[in-house]
Amino acid sequence: MSKEHDKGMSLIVKTITRLTVGLILLYGIYIVLHGHVSPGGGFAGGVIITLSFIHLMLAFGKGVAFKRMSKNMMSLFESFGALFFLGIAVLGFSGGYFFLNVISKGEPFRLFSAGIIPLCNIAICMKVGAGIFAIFVALVLLDLDTDKKE
Amino acid sequence: MMGLYILLIFMIVGAIIAIEVKDMLSSVIAVGAVGLGLSIVFLILKAPDVAITQLVVEILCLIILIRATLRKDLPFSTTGRWVFNTFITSVFMIVFFLVAVKCFKDLPEFGFPLMRVARTYIEHGKALTGSTNLVTSVILDFRAYDTLGEATILFTAVIAVLTIVRKIGRKKVDMPDEESDE
Repeated sequence: MSKEHDKGMSLIVKTITRLTVGLILLYGIYIVLHGHVSPGGGFAGGVIITLSFIHLMLAFGKGVAFKRMSKNMMSLFESFGALFFLGIAVLGFSGGYFFLNVISKGEPFRLFSAGIIPLCNIAICMKVGAGIFAIFVALVLLDLDTDKKE
Repeated sequence: MMGLYILLIFMIVGAIIAIEVKDMLSSVIAVGAVGLGLSIVFLILKAPDVAITQLVVEILCLIILIRATLRKDLPFSTTGRWVFNTFITSVFMIVFFLVAVKCFKDLPEFGFPLMRVARTYIEHGKALTGSTNLVTSVILDFRAYDTLGEATILFTAVIAVLTIVRKIGRKKVDMPDEESDE
């Protein structure tokens, strides 16, 4: 028994969480990377990745989740996603106009194709995931705060 | 089309239950049922991208609602001018229903008259962007400027939420010593 068993939900929930949280994270990454080939995209994939962290936080308490994704990391991901997306947009000026697809298109149905679209998906995924996780953390901590006041 | 109407009736019933039931957890679960019905409606209407996003965001909203609203005695406003309120609500619902029936009669067939812009996207989208998912090619290549604005809106929303519900710098009125964690 490690020290992770102190806080959070019961042992059954923790065991199931340990089995499923990696699969959820991998599915989110798959949805993001295949956004230009199959249905999905940056927004849905980012929210799925966030859901895996929220899963961890609900089962193990906030200490374990913050160890894997701290507040500074969240703020870094959020800002870096926004700047990355804007940087891709400005990169289009090298060929002519805003958001020009400057990288070569490649072959359709391949993972590495469609120029800037996978990069945009990754940027939006980081931005949306970090932002929504920040909102969740803020609401949960506010909840604890009001509980203590009563 | 029959499944759509069954799902619509299911969603309306779920929404009424969510309003009328007294228990907070049952109300939140009913809202979740409405959202899941909406995601299946999107799937029937052949929009898998929107269905995935709706499903995922619905689960997230459900978790946030359960964590943020349970174990709190939120006040129910049952008193007040309920005759006037019910009258206004029913009049609005009848007007909306009549207008909706009139509009649905004049709707074109599903996906039939292709507009000029949409036809360009469908015919040349794959060759121009190299992306086989046309929705992604529209939102991230043809209309990427809109996506930039949308991302800015989300950024602003996150900053606003973190500004309102932050703990640092908030004025403590009754209990000055509760900065134990964080």
